[in-house]
Amino acid sequence: MVEVNEKIAIEHGLKKDEYKKICDLLKRTPNITELGIFSAMWNEHCSYKSSRLHLKKLHTKGKQVIQGPGENAGVVDIDDDDAIVFKIESHNHPSFIEPYQGAATGVGGIMRDVFTMGARPIANLNSIHFGSPKHEKTRNLLRGVVKGIGGYGNCIGVPTIAGQTCFDESYNGNILVNAMTLGLVNKNKIFYSKAAGINKPVIYVGSKTGRDGIHGASMASAIFDEKIEEKKPTVQVGDPFTEKLLLEACLELMAGKSIISIQDMGAAGLTSSSIEMASKGDLGIEIDLTKVPCREENMTPYEIMLSESQERMLIVLEEGRENEAQKIFEKWNLDFAVIGKTTDSKNIELFFKKEKVAEIPIDFLAENAPMYDRKWIKTKLPKENKYSKNQFKSLKLIDCLKKILIEPNVADKEWIWSQYDHTVMGDTIQKPGGNAGVVRVHNTNKAVAASVDSSATYCYAHPLTGGKQIVCESWRNMISVGAKPIAITNCLNFGNPEKEKNMGEFVECVEGITEASKYLNYPVVSGNVSFYNETKDKGIKPTPSIGGIGLLSNYKNMMTMELKKEGNYLIVIGKTEGHLDQSTFSRVILSEFNGPPPEINLFNEKQNGMIVLNLNKLNLIEACHDVSLGGILTAVTKMSINGKKGVKLFTIENLVNKFEYFFGEDQGRYIIEIKPENLEKVESLLKKDSIHYDKLGLVESNYISYGNDLKISIDQIKQGYKNWLKEYMVN
Amino acid sequence: MKSSVIIFPGSNCDRDMDVALKKFGFKNQMVWHNDADIPKSDLIVLPGGFSYGDYLRCGSIAGKSKIIKSVIDFANSGGLVLGICNGFQILTETGLLPGILQQNKYLNFICKNVFVKIKNKENKYFKNIKKEILELHIAHNEGNYFCSKDELKSIEDNNQIAVTYCDQKGDDNEENNPNGALKNIAGIFNKDKNILGMMPHPERMIDPFLSGEDGSLFFENLIGSL
Repeated sequence: MVEVNEKIAIEHGLKKDEYKKICDLLKRTPNITELGIFSAMWNEHCSYKSSRLHLKKLHTKGKQVIQGPGENAGVVDIDDDDAIVFKIESHNHPSFIEPYQGAATGVGGIMRDVFTMGARPIANLNSIHFGSPKHEKTRNLLRGVVKGIGGYGNCIGVPTIAGQTCFDESYNGNILVNAMTLGLVNKNKIFYSKAAGINKPVIYVGSKTGRDGIHGASMASAIFDEKIEEKKPTVQVGDPFTEKLLLEACLELMAGKSIISIQDMGAAGLTSSSIEMASKGDLGIEIDLTKVPCREENMTPYEIMLSESQERMLIVLEEGRENEAQKIFEKWNLDFAVIGKTTDSKNIELFFKKEKVAEIPIDFLAENAPMYDRKWIKTKLPKENKYSKNQFKSLKLIDCLKKILIEPNVADKEWIWSQYDHTVMGDTIQKPGGNAGVVRVHNTNKAVAASVDSSATYCYAHPLTGGKQIVCESWRNMISVGAKPIAITNCLNFGNPEKEKNMGEFVECVEGITEASKYLNYPVVSGNVSFYNETKDKGIKPTPSIGGIGLLSNYKNMMTMELKKEGNYLIVIGKTEGHLDQSTFSRVILSEFNGPPPEINLFNEKQNGMIVLNLNKLNLIEACHDVSLGGILTAVTKMSINGKKGVKLFTIENLVNKFEYFFGEDQGRYIIEIKPENLEKVESLLKKDSIHYDKLGLVESNYISYGNDLKISIDQIKQGYKNWLKEYMVN
Repeated sequence: MKSSVIIFPGSNCDRDMDVALKKFGFKNQMVWHNDADIPKSDLIVLPGGFSYGDYLRCGSIAGKSKIIKSVIDFANSGGLVLGICNGFQILTETGLLPGILQQNKYLNFICKNVFVKIKNKENKYFKNIKKEILELHIAHNEGNYFCSKDELKSIEDNNQIAVTYCDQKGDDNEENNPNGALKNIAGIFNKDKNILGMMPHPERMIDPFLSGEDGSLFFENLIGSL
């Protein structure tokens, strides 16, 4: 057996003082298995040691919340006896090393988190960020990630209904793959990870344990260097077929009453799942590692405890229910083994070939895990740019629009989502490519909307504003399909927390998220943190991804963004002040990268959102789209392309110039389509609530036009927008 | 009318098919792959999905499963057998339908609406459908139909081509071929026309809020002609 010392502890990613703390707590030197367990539980990924202090501030409460952060996933009430279980999780580090398997197992992991709670997954989403399209690795990473996400989700038979793809050179050395799943559960039949009672059998089910993924969680807690390729063996390999069987078998077992608690083996595998169940139940746990089904020969206790083989679950059963459970897992051809029991020792005790190979008090691993109040610095609000008339003089609306529509972050992403099965389960009523994906709650009139958003550019310029902005953007996406926003899950992707600037970005983004979610009653119920997205000293832009969900009590009231009928009016709700700093227009057309992001006014945000929901309830809206990247003209063009109809834009009655008006990225705005006969009513309702609005134009047959400044057919304008990604991928 | 949907481990369109069949009046039952017998049925459906993980080759392990012998017997006695997507792949693996389904031409999974042209209405599957062109939905990675020259000649001579990929107007040329399938073939019959395998999913098109409603026409006709 390997002799443990400080050097070996450091190789396990522990710090000197952390190793000393372990020896002090144990009052002895740990053996190698114990050291492995400590390193797995105390790394950033599992212990949240840099983030815990700040995550406590998140707004996590609300009438709709059944379960907030701290469980496998969050749970919210959607009326009747129905509840939605949902969460987003990162799989960034493995996806950069091995894009297909990294992304696939990311999807598998998040689905397990959801069905562990008793919910049948009903929708998948993802937020993926890549380096510059010009970077040599981008194309292959994108192809691999998309294939991995599709390969896993398609096979399980859960529709991928929405997502988001961004490109920015800050991800050249660290791509982001964030996967989100929604599941549907009866709110009286939710399963938790908290074990209860002693001498209860601990059951292992699913795939066999192999040597894959050992120390995956530690890898996800480290920065990359030149030796990154050597880490390939730490990437897990996914088997969606087994996961589908595991899903069906678990749901079948859950229909009975034999489960006390259940936990999937995700990051740090058997180690974290067993410790979490015992810790939450304030119990001890005893495991005989000889009984764990292994795929490879001669696996050591160390390897068994740290393997991250996929598609495995740990279950604490009621006594005497083993046979009933075993029958179900055998029916589905899955491994089943009683590997231990709960105890009152409050220790984790591991046996291997009749010898005790580890014994650690559980609270050393969970509650006593390190927590750091890391130093951080505030980001000052950058100075606004002053744009001179000369900068706009030679510009033409049409040229600007064309360039913006082929900007990689704006261009159409159908090449991606057409590779995801988005219609299986027969309830997808809004496909990817709209404001949000929408699935019906099977056999009811209800539907659930979901989207994922991030705005790293805004967050980088000013993390506090950026944090608020993403929550608002998510809220707007829910409103734009007619859903009442319910709650969010966040995936916080940041650089190295040991650097004050990166830590500051984290702290202030969390503050921004908290402020907006509190004001909008849009609480955070689950999520995860991914630090150390850094390669050779270069970190990513701060990238919190927000996954939002909303409820439509009657799916027939759903709104979509495509224009419906010639002769209808378009109205912009919300005030346009022409904010260009940090906009796509500034970056793409003016090559200006500085300045503050658009300001967030939470009062207006809420007012504007509520009026759109009300107008929709009164059946006064034909189409709706929120205004985001690329401003009003980009938004209108997308509505036109999707609806195959044109728009005649009215002369703007505004103090700002036409570029500021059409491309500014002021927040809290929606474009809605109104029938002429409803116009008066809509205007009077808007005036009654003192909502700022502009009449934007009329829906026409074929052309987008603005006086003599702009006239282009839909067929022409859609070319670049629709083809950019397809062409990029084949070249 | 009684129907049975076979569930293989890895099937994932079994529920969708159950919902569709019941919506149009079938008394449907779900049958587990490990059962030896199928309850009395007027129609047997092999649903879409990834049976046995599609390991080895799509549909190949399902083609050797315990239940499949009963399916073959039922088909050979003239019973109606419908295979959608993975079900179509399984039917070619059993030999009940000629040819094979290869990986899509552009090597990507494709999920989108397509138009198909009905090539033969002298059968129970399409008999009374008024339209010539249906808008259906595909979601597959291996839908690229292929067979030998001799097989193709025999398929054509016996009017076994059921549906071909086309555009809105019914033009079934290469441009409207999503996956590289030979002759744009989206679905074929056996010689007696009691077995149909097709890649598009009619069960996903049975409601105006879904991708479309032409799947309804398919099921309405099917129950009407039994």
